[in-house]
Amino acid sequence: MVLILLRRLGQAILVLFIVALISFLIFRYVGSPVDNLLSQEATVQQRADLEEALGLNDPVYEQYFRFVWNAVNFDFGNSYRGSLPVAELISSRLPATLELAFTSALFALLLGVITGIYTAIRRGGLLANLILTLSLIGVSLPTFLIGVLLIWVFAVELQWLPSFGRGEVVKLGWWSTGFLTLSGVKSLILPSITLGLYQLTLIMRLTRSEMLEVLRQDYVRFARALGLSQRSVYFKHALPNTMIPVTTIAGLQLGSIVAFAIITETVFQWPGVGLLFINAVYFVDIPVMSAYLLLVGVLFVFINLAVDLLYLAIDPRLRDSQLSGDS
Amino acid sequence: MKRFFASDFFYDFVRSPVALLSFLIVLFLVLSAVFASVIAPTNPFDAASLNLMNGFTPPMEPNPFTGDVFWMGTDDQGRDLFSAILYGLRISLFVGAMAVALAAVMGVLLGLIAGYMGGWLDNLIMRFADIQMTFPSILVAMLIFGVARGILPPELRDEMAITVLIVSIGLSEWVPFARTVRGSTMVEKEKEYIAAARLIGLNRWQIMMRHILPNVLNPVLVIATITLALAIIAEATLSFLGVGAPRTEPSLGTLIRVGQDFLFSGEWWILLFPACTLLALALSVNLFGDWLRDKLNPRLK
Repeated sequence: MVLILLRRLGQAILVLFIVALISFLIFRYVGSPVDNLLSQEATVQQRADLEEALGLNDPVYEQYFRFVWNAVNFDFGNSYRGSLPVAELISSRLPATLELAFTSALFALLLGVITGIYTAIRRGGLLANLILTLSLIGVSLPTFLIGVLLIWVFAVELQWLPSFGRGEVVKLGWWSTGFLTLSGVKSLILPSITLGLYQLTLIMRLTRSEMLEVLRQDYVRFARALGLSQRSVYFKHALPNTMIPVTTIAGLQLGSIVAFAIITETVFQWPGVGLLFINAVYFVDIPVMSAYLLLVGVLFVFINLAVDLLYLAIDPRLRDSQLSGDS
Repeated sequence: MKRFFASDFFYDFVRSPVALLSFLIVLFLVLSAVFASVIAPTNPFDAASLNLMNGFTPPMEPNPFTGDVFWMGTDDQGRDLFSAILYGLRISLFVGAMAVALAAVMGVLLGLIAGYMGGWLDNLIMRFADIQMTFPSILVAMLIFGVARGILPPELRDEMAITVLIVSIGLSEWVPFARTVRGSTMVEKEKEYIAAARLIGLNRWQIMMRHILPNVLNPVLVIATITLALAIIAEATLSFLGVGAPRTEPSLGTLIRVGQDFLFSGEWWILLFPACTLLALALSVNLFGDWLRDKLNPRLK
């Protein structure tokens, strides 16, 4: 068990170093760090001095380890636009993205599991079929189009909800939250639906197929034969066994929620990290891009690691096969 | 050709309403894009033919100043929306198709090499594929797009935008091709005809290209169709976000981006028609791809 843990951890660290390498290569070789610090009239001597001072003449591996060391200490250099430290830019926008991601993940998980169970139990029913058809359309619609359509209906035509921004936010230390004001909560609704809809359909379809699979098994038949109520069969005996794969997939989806937040944040002008990144791509702000890549990389690696370990903890069969053969 | 019409495949195709309908819609859209310059009443890229007085003409209504009628209306600069959509469709389809072609060539080659050579080369390619697959492909495409913009000199950025778009989407979608081809290559290379080819002294490259390649291409067509839908949506997304096709060469995504700006002032048609076109395109390519997969290679599901 300890061996597997160590191997998984080793893999995760290796991946992290590769992501850091790509991020370093972008930072160091795409766009020149010197050009953006000097004025256009700088002399060759000034350039050379600055290159020396920034350590650009050191061996590449030394620069790489310095880059990693700085990143571990949350120093990603300064943004090319406005010269603010990248770490400061990201940390001021992180709460907006995390609150959005959290809300839409919760929305997707709750509604997804509920509709998944419903469509499995009432298989072939009118409402169940309607939900399934709707979910097919939800999967085919590109995220940005969902956002635009929601804005059109709920912000332009009905004027119920705001179409951009976070509304009023409350400062709690360095964290700014939109959960505590009415306008903040109202602003959160449309972006969360936009971001969560795809995940919702995914979780729903998964819950449904797992539930149908479990309901076919013998122990469910025996539970019914024992005369247990439908309710008890569905929720006490069938549901817990469907939740294992659903939790893992939902966990894996957390990473893509953060990635797709880029799209949602642009549609709703949500002041989060994603909007920061897309602006960095547009204006070729290399330090911000490389820091974002590193951040997302760390996040993805940790999510995958956590899900892997969770799987090992839940499913003993996997543990045995891991011990006897390779993965 | 006669054999094709008599085949099971064609029989099933004609009898599946979903397959037939989605294929016809795709065909219709592709043809309208190819013949855009013939069908379109105006050339939306020709600034001289635009009349600013025609700006914001609603669909099917004569313009109060010029009396011109546009059946899909016009945008803020008086550009006929129907023509803009035809040309936009052309760019969307072109970028999608080229990106898929790039992804397929790259994925098939790398998959072939990984599967046939094995060893450290296989390890290197597939581990890299694993790492790339951890990130959603749209994120990878955005990153490549940003890096490419950083490498290009500023004056070339808009000019090369379409090429950069194709490369970034293509590079973000190669992994499924490589994985499938690698798998079937590993099966094929154990067969007797490969042993025979080796015995008569053909080199590795000849064996891979002439003997294994034709036998592993079957699932590639299915993956390509499904990837085409993904690539079209990826292109539209990037262009919508403003990091794709520029306004001088608007794709459907760019048109939707422009349309969103006028939603609040009530000019709904600038958004609606491009959005519907994109939806019809993506949905029918998707449905046709699903049908093709179920038909040709149910294992891929």
